[in-house]
Amino acid sequence: MSAPVVSRRTLLGATAASLLARRAFAATSAKLRIGLLLPYSGTYAALGNNITDAMKLAAQELGGKLGGREIEWVAVDDESDPAKAPANVNKLIAGEKVDILTGPVHSGVAMAMMQIVRQEKVLTIVTNAGAQAVTGTLCVPHVFRTSFSNWQTSYPCAEVMLKAGHKKAVLMFWNYAFGQESMAAFKEGYAKGGGSIMKEIAVPFPTTEFQANLSEIAALKPDAVFVFFAGAGAAKFVKDYDGAGLRGKIPLYGSGFLTDGVLAAEGPAAEGVKTTLHYADGLDNPANKRFREAFQKATGRSADVYAVAGYDTVHVLGQALGRVQGDTGAQKDLIAALEAARIDSPRGPFRFSKAHNPVQNIYLREVKGGKEVVLGIAMKDAEDPAAGCAMNAPPSELRPSPAQPAPPAK
Amino acid sequence: MSLSLFLLQLVNGVEYGLLLFLVASGLTLIFGVLGVLNFAHGSFYMLGAYLAYWIADRTGSLAVAILVGVPLMALLGLLVERLAIARLYARDHLSQVLLTYGLILLFNELQRTLFGSDVHGVEIPRALAFRIPLGDQEWPAYRVATALACLAVALAMRQAILRTRFGMRVRAGASNAEMVEALGIDVRRLFSSLFAAGAALAALAGMLAAPLTTVYPGMGESVLILSFVVVVIGGIGSIKGAFLGALLVGLSDTFGKVLLPGFASAMVYAVMAAVLVFRPRGLLGQQA
Repeated sequence: MSAPVVSRRTLLGATAASLLARRAFAATSAKLRIGLLLPYSGTYAALGNNITDAMKLAAQELGGKLGGREIEWVAVDDESDPAKAPANVNKLIAGEKVDILTGPVHSGVAMAMMQIVRQEKVLTIVTNAGAQAVTGTLCVPHVFRTSFSNWQTSYPCAEVMLKAGHKKAVLMFWNYAFGQESMAAFKEGYAKGGGSIMKEIAVPFPTTEFQANLSEIAALKPDAVFVFFAGAGAAKFVKDYDGAGLRGKIPLYGSGFLTDGVLAAEGPAAEGVKTTLHYADGLDNPANKRFREAFQKATGRSADVYAVAGYDTVHVLGQALGRVQGDTGAQKDLIAALEAARIDSPRGPFRFSKAHNPVQNIYLREVKGGKEVVLGIAMKDAEDPAAGCAMNAPPSELRPSPAQPAPPAK
Repeated sequence: MSLSLFLLQLVNGVEYGLLLFLVASGLTLIFGVLGVLNFAHGSFYMLGAYLAYWIADRTGSLAVAILVGVPLMALLGLLVERLAIARLYARDHLSQVLLTYGLILLFNELQRTLFGSDVHGVEIPRALAFRIPLGDQEWPAYRVATALACLAVALAMRQAILRTRFGMRVRAGASNAEMVEALGIDVRRLFSSLFAAGAALAALAGMLAAPLTTVYPGMGESVLILSFVVVVIGGIGSIKGAFLGALLVGLSDTFGKVLLPGFASAMVYAVMAAVLVFRPRGLLGQQA
């Protein structure tokens, strides 16, 4: 019979284990710091506020805790200024030591943010910006997106237009990344279905003087027009389109931002405008009804597509953090839990693709009687092709196994 | 391009130019006579548009909004002149730029507090909500009406400056303020009323444009930049120059978009550069 010998190695191991346990305990009992990099001033202030309030609403629904940890919000006004983004991101990561970073609205800010978080390895959730690169060429395992990719808002519309018999289209868009990516996606789908593009009109951002181009469209007489404009520019375009007598003659299509949030400003000029987006205010499902009522009650404002992304961000985090007991230090497990998460979003079923962009339904909506009416699903479980993202490639391409040596070079 | 489309684009350009003139005329007046570089001029345009939205939303009439709003904005202009601008007549342009830039921030914040950050639409007056056929195309009647209104204001300004006593004093004040003062004319009051008139003109432009452009935060700044281009092309301080400059900007922007779409955003500035090469003080500026 030999007395149990406590070797130095087991002792060290035990100490390490207890240390690890203590670390895990510390991690789960400390407050969960969530950074919000959003615009609270300037043109996009309303978007930033809606995302923030919806996140807080979701947190409240989950009892104010995610994975057992109380939440501490750390908000920074990004002013939608890409030039200030590096300083703001560093403030949140290095200064405030946030566990999870969320935001922004502006794609330019998102691109600047990506450069830093790719190095810093902080779990990041993009809550609005639709730039393709976030879940495309710049994709990394610790970055997720809960909103949409530009591709998702435009590609499905091509098929919708072709189905309606519109074979010849004129495209018009604001000539910056968002507009260009939307148009590229649309053209991809339109060409695939045999449609031809009569003319592409690129309008310098943020110009809103459209009259000359509208006269041109009237002379070209296309089957339909597909556009990308957002915010004030969208409102102005829709009114000008009507003013020039084109509404009712040449059907107007666009990605959902053409009417979302500006429908009241557009008034009767928006009647009959058809758009595609991953959400619609009037979407008929129990989750959406619950969400809209709760948001209205909490804030006194109407919820919108931006609020939905904020709301889903916290719910999806809640589910994943619950699975890892709130331990944000176990990043690999947390990422796996996020990848496995499924939520019943106000927008419909929601999960992440391999590239960490939402897989979601894209709806076809039409403005009728001053309201956005859902005509149906334009594309079910739409998944961004995630061009250029290594995470999207089949595993064999990612890690060539040593058992199968590369073919000899010729 | 067919002839009818060419004519239509011509009309588009002239219409855009006339609206720009309305904004730029106040800017050039204030600079020419008061010697003040007023960056806050775009803010008056923006506030005018918001006032048009706010009043028209409650009364249902854009005409009422203009009748009530323009005097209100003139009053605001008077207030700004008395409280802020008047202290800077003796200072250099840098101090004026700093102050009026500060005013932009102040007015933008005021707009955000009072009206929020949403985009708002203003209904086109019902009497003008029809379209005029032009060749095989149509032209919204409200655009024709704004163009005519701008033209009327331009003519009225010309009459006021050339034919009235006030206009005479303004012209005299522009060439030699000290001499005018020595002749017993209250230059201070003259300057105040002129600044108020400039603010009212910008606000009127904002109100007329509101149904066409919609009303949104930051709408003043883009107009401000174009107005400066107009003023520089026309020759600083010259109303007639601003008129020509505005038409030139309107036309080059319109045709630039149609004929040289890739170059459209730079077109206006290229025209400005070209004018300045041949006439460094603008079309009708006093040549050195």
